Amino acid sequence: MNDALLKDFQALVGKDNVMESEADRFSYAYDAAVLEPVLPGLVVRPQSREVLGKIVKLCNEHGLPLTVRGSGTNLSGGVIPSKGGVVVLTNALNKIIEINEADLYAVVEPGVITAKFAAEVAARGLFYPPDPGSQAVSTLGGNVAENAGGLRGLKYGVTKDYVMGVDFFDVDGEIVKSGSRTVKCVTGLNLAGLMVGSEGTLGVFEKLILKLTPPPLAAKAMMAIFDDVNKASETVAAIIAAKIVPATLEFMDNFTIRTVEDFAHAGLPVDAKALLLIEVDGHPGQVADEAEKVETICKRLGATRIQVAKDAEERNKVWEARRAALSALARVSPTTVLEDATVPRSQIPAMMHALEGIAGKYKLTIGTFGHAGDGNLHPTILTDRRNTEEWHRVEAAIDEIFDVALSLGGTLSGEHGIGLAKSKYMEKETSRATILYSRRLKKALDPKGILNPGKIIGE
Amino acid sequence: MADMHELLRLLGELDDQLVSCMRCGMCQAVCPIYGQTGREGDVARGKISLLEGLAKELVKDPQGVQDKVTRCLLCGSCAANCPSGVKALDIFLKARVILTGYLGLSKVKQVIFRGMLTKPGLFNTMLGVASKFQGLFTSPVNDIIGSSCSKFLSPVLGDRHLMLLAKTPLHSEVPSLDTPAGKSGLKVAFFPGCLADKIFPRVGHAVLKVLKHHGVGVYLPAGQACCGIPALSSGDKQSYEKLVRANLDVFARGKFDALVTPCATCTSTMKKIWPTMASGMSQSDQQRIVELSAKVMDVNAFVVDKLGLKAPQPKAGAVSVTVHDPCHLKKSLGVSAQPRTVLRMNPAYNVVEMAAPDTCCGCGGSFTLQHAEISAKIGMQKRDNIVGSKAQVVATGCPACMLQISDMLSRSGDQIAVRHPMEIYAESL
Repeated sequence: MNDALLKDFQALVGKDNVMESEADRFSYAYDAAVLEPVLPGLVVRPQSREVLGKIVKLCNEHGLPLTVRGSGTNLSGGVIPSKGGVVVLTNALNKIIEINEADLYAVVEPGVITAKFAAEVAARGLFYPPDPGSQAVSTLGGNVAENAGGLRGLKYGVTKDYVMGVDFFDVDGEIVKSGSRTVKCVTGLNLAGLMVGSEGTLGVFEKLILKLTPPPLAAKAMMAIFDDVNKASETVAAIIAAKIVPATLEFMDNFTIRTVEDFAHAGLPVDAKALLLIEVDGHPGQVADEAEKVETICKRLGATRIQVAKDAEERNKVWEARRAALSALARVSPTTVLEDATVPRSQIPAMMHALEGIAGKYKLTIGTFGHAGDGNLHPTILTDRRNTEEWHRVEAAIDEIFDVALSLGGTLSGEHGIGLAKSKYMEKETSRATILYSRRLKKALDPKGILNPGKIIGE
Repeated sequence: MADMHELLRLLGELDDQLVSCMRCGMCQAVCPIYGQTGREGDVARGKISLLEGLAKELVKDPQGVQDKVTRCLLCGSCAANCPSGVKALDIFLKARVILTGYLGLSKVKQVIFRGMLTKPGLFNTMLGVASKFQGLFTSPVNDIIGSSCSKFLSPVLGDRHLMLLAKTPLHSEVPSLDTPAGKSGLKVAFFPGCLADKIFPRVGHAVLKVLKHHGVGVYLPAGQACCGIPALSSGDKQSYEKLVRANLDVFARGKFDALVTPCATCTSTMKKIWPTMASGMSQSDQQRIVELSAKVMDVNAFVVDKLGLKAPQPKAGAVSVTVHDPCHLKKSLGVSAQPRTVLRMNPAYNVVEMAAPDTCCGCGGSFTLQHAEISAKIGMQKRDNIVGSKAQVVATGCPACMLQISDMLSRSGDQIAVRHPMEIYAESL
């Protein structure tokens, strides 16, 4: 970064909000993906949306790559500044601008923390359902840029289902407005839709309009225990076939069950081959009715035991066990590779079978848990990235997991994004024409290629 | 040391611990400093990746890394909330030692640690003299808290409101004790810690009163040294080990069931950090550390768990007291119920909870001197929560937290007394 340019940035955001030392820059060279770090040339932390726009303009004028970063929890390398340039932090842009209880929407800055937002909304008696695993630290801007999912995806959908509008800066730092505060809106191209999941490659978010809903009045959680993975997978399909959509329908394999039990002592049945954690919610009458039906289906399809949570404490225990899954697995080995290839839910039995085969073939430990209800499993490979030979096997296994998911009619990524990590697989799922179309779009909107270059569609 | 190869070798030894961080970033939710600055270099994930970068020569500036690693309260919030169980505190203490070994210890710290702190007799004498003259340079500001401020010392201390050195430290009034177990059948060794000895002797007296009341024998040897944490957190392993050995020696001469301290930081240092940092010491010292550490207990935990205290109902019109959970009690040792039980033992007090009682007060030992502004910002959030509880008294089981909280309340002109739970219980006896 030359001195004149550095001074320009300092003048824009203030000296205290420009980080140029090696130690500071290295702190923004990575995210939560298992990839090599890349050092940015400069890191800036704008204190206002207005300044954010000016930064975009300045970067474009000088052809500087610009990577927007919220809390850096991305699992696909989406905020690794792979071409260097400027990392722009949004975490000082953390104001909830409006929560409108009459019209059920909120307007927020991109750096608002997901869980804080959800809590603020809950305090007004409303509900913001998307609950990605990183919600305690993730930002809403990051959630929209990645189209983040979560445990409630099955019934409530994912982040894209709650985006009513996105105002964003184009590369010239001009504000583009999309969507509205109304339920219905067909004014112009659906640019908000284009922004969702764009991973910072097409625009820089200025503010977001998010949809809110009334919360469910009641909920009931239960745990069904199986001595056969197939029976558990078939139960998932049967519940949906019975026209019941649980709020959450989560799966854990035997390895995950044993690991969680070792770690959390939650009283899980360690000899079970699979567990389903199920929660239905809604009107109390509907909840009682659906819970009963779900229980019957689980029994019919061979659950060896069903535990229905009697009160909030027991319900909490059920979800604590699920929330502990990744933590427990992460403690087993130094490196944890968390995948999110997703299949149509009817293909879950086939996917589970394939994962078992892949673990055996590449001699790897894979714990599988995840959102069985929406077909989004998290095969989690436990390894040590310092072991080069094993790491090659991990990479080969990941390739094969993607191949299997695609052959079953699934997708590369349910909720973690493509970023750098999965960019090379894109054409396998889509087509050459899809990549070229996306690149032409990118070229038209960002001629100098400054916006998070290298992500999703490669170079 | 000053040898890059040696630096890389020592950092390499940390690799197994560093690699267990999966960069999930969940520490951002709980780090008090990150909460103020929003900077990745201030949170555990950032520090760990910097140490890894330095070890792999991706980062070339050890001083830059040290500056980040020492911007840390050592509160342990990150470690207590880490999904993958990264021992962040162990890593940061070891890293400070390694980096200080390479970069050298500042002259000021050499004088303080090697010239004074490691010589308990001299240290006591110097502070004894200072206590006679401090009144000349300071003036009282808040009677309820007992704090003072100092225009004269403001170049060093800023606009702090100080708790002055006690006129008579605990060791002058009670130089040593060796009483047999009474009706409890138990005997403890008592380690008051520097702050309870020199600034809050009233806490030490309260502990002795409670122990006596319950028929607990006390072994209080003369010549106790600092627990070592100030030296270790500055990376001065030489002084740290000297202090640990001095304490091992004085306590080796007594027989007791438990070693109790009224200081959360001393307790967690002696119980958790001494064994973790013992590897460079002699086999016999390591053995002595294992044996003594196993006996170390927070004094609140001792009286509740070992003496089986059962709290009475509070009286009508009781004074409301709120509780601050010191990081080194709750996050390091899992002690949080016991101080509340101790407070309830005095029926003239009624415990009311503040919002977020277990967030850090921002003291962090010398952190508050080196990073006064961030420390005060974190402290003021704590102050707001204390005031929000509407309590008349705030109690906490750590004299260092007491100092920080006194400063924050006093600066804001609040009329809220700052006490140790043992003081409040002792009041009822």
